[in-house]
Amino acid sequence: MIEAAVAVEGLRVVRGHRPVLDHLTFSIPPGSVTGLLGPSGGGKTTLLRSIVGVQRVTAGTVRVLGRPAGDAQLRGRVAYMTQAPSVYGDLTVEENLAYFAAVLGAARPRVQEVSEQVGLTGQRRALVGRLSGGQRARVSLATALLGRPELLVLDEPTVGLDPVLRRDLWNLFHDLAAAGTTLLISSHVMDEAARCDRLLLLRDGALLADDRPAALLQQTGAGDLEGAFLALVESLGRARVT
Amino acid sequence: MRPSRTLATALRVLTQLRHDPRTIALLLGVPCLLMALLRWLLDERPEQLDALGAPLLALFPFITMFLVTSVTMLRERVSGTLERLLTTPIGKLDLLLGYGLAFAVVAGLQVSLVSALSLGPLGVDVAGPVALVVLVAVIDALLGVALGLLVSAFATTEFQAIQFLPAIVFPQLMLCGLLIPRRELPGTLEAVSDLLPLSYAMDAMISLAASSEVTGGLRDNIAVTAGAALVALILAAGTLRRRSA
Repeated sequence: MIEAAVAVEGLRVVRGHRPVLDHLTFSIPPGSVTGLLGPSGGGKTTLLRSIVGVQRVTAGTVRVLGRPAGDAQLRGRVAYMTQAPSVYGDLTVEENLAYFAAVLGAARPRVQEVSEQVGLTGQRRALVGRLSGGQRARVSLATALLGRPELLVLDEPTVGLDPVLRRDLWNLFHDLAAAGTTLLISSHVMDEAARCDRLLLLRDGALLADDRPAALLQQTGAGDLEGAFLALVESLGRARVT
Repeated sequence: MRPSRTLATALRVLTQLRHDPRTIALLLGVPCLLMALLRWLLDERPEQLDALGAPLLALFPFITMFLVTSVTMLRERVSGTLERLLTTPIGKLDLLLGYGLAFAVVAGLQVSLVSALSLGPLGVDVAGPVALVVLVAVIDALLGVALGLLVSAFATTEFQAIQFLPAIVFPQLMLCGLLIPRRELPGTLEAVSDLLPLSYAMDAMISLAASSEVTGGLRDNIAVTAGAALVALILAAGTLRRRSA
């Protein structure tokens, strides 16, 4: 059996007195695109942060590429794109990428390659602070791609993008997965769910589902994934009432 | 730690500054204007001008670098770039030394410019070697950088970061011997001033202003200032957490 790229067991994160994540257990196969879906405030970002290893966890274990999450040895192998674009607004696109390439030890031609991959070659000399929100998000995505990571964790990478760009980026995600990269992508847009190999549905810190999109449709008998999600939420509500 | 990452960070910080020409103009121009003002103010009192000139050469970079660094580092924390950097293989000291290196370059420029103006056209007399005056001023700037990096950890907004100037810098200014010689301070305050790093920086500058001799005491003062900067830098590295709640 192939070892899981991400293995989460009994993960619990408590912030203040409120459990943000409660006893999560799941694993993610390598070379796949996994979608993390659910309403905002449901713990998606906290889960991604736990996998990247920047989140203080209360209990449970998270193993990434065979090592504990956040292990020093993983720093070049896992890349994380946060929801708010974490790049320098007072540098140009190229200067941002060149700096992070130096930090990651990536070869200089990578700067050009990732600019092309996210469709930003025309803006290479533009100050990031002057770009639109969607363009800034793509600079942040390009930065995450620089070091050819084995695990790519993306928090809402397609927010504010037009349909053409969104399609192009999802094609890129699948190309990367086909080449062996594992991708974990959060979204609250249900039409993106259908593009994933697997789905994790997270609500109020608990996993509602962990399955292939087709299996979820079959299990719930819903016509689309939005319907499937609602059906799962409602069946859970009934289970709590009875 | 890797020197290439330190160097890349220094270059990145300098490039950010290059995109902000107004800040550069203020950093370099304001100290020159203030020195010219002081020269005018003390037109009739040249001996006071000579006594104040050298210490001020060191104070300008100390204060400006403290402010610029604490705000830059705070931005790095708030924008999420710090968290991103800490998920990469960069070492905490690579990052902080990169900052130190970048601002040392800026401080070097600032000090050279103000010194050239003060010791030349403005006619401020410094008894000690000019090269040493510039070196001590740059070390003071590094002390400002290190303290700025450290206090940025305790601020969550730029307003708070700026308030650390009166909180951290002003008490050191009042007790560093510039207003009242340190030996004439009330006993407790003298003891306190012995604990503040700026006191040693100013002792070095005051003796450089007055005497051409490079004494052991001067060397000790320079070493203590540099040591304090290093300690503040290491403490600042301790405030960088790869994991947070």
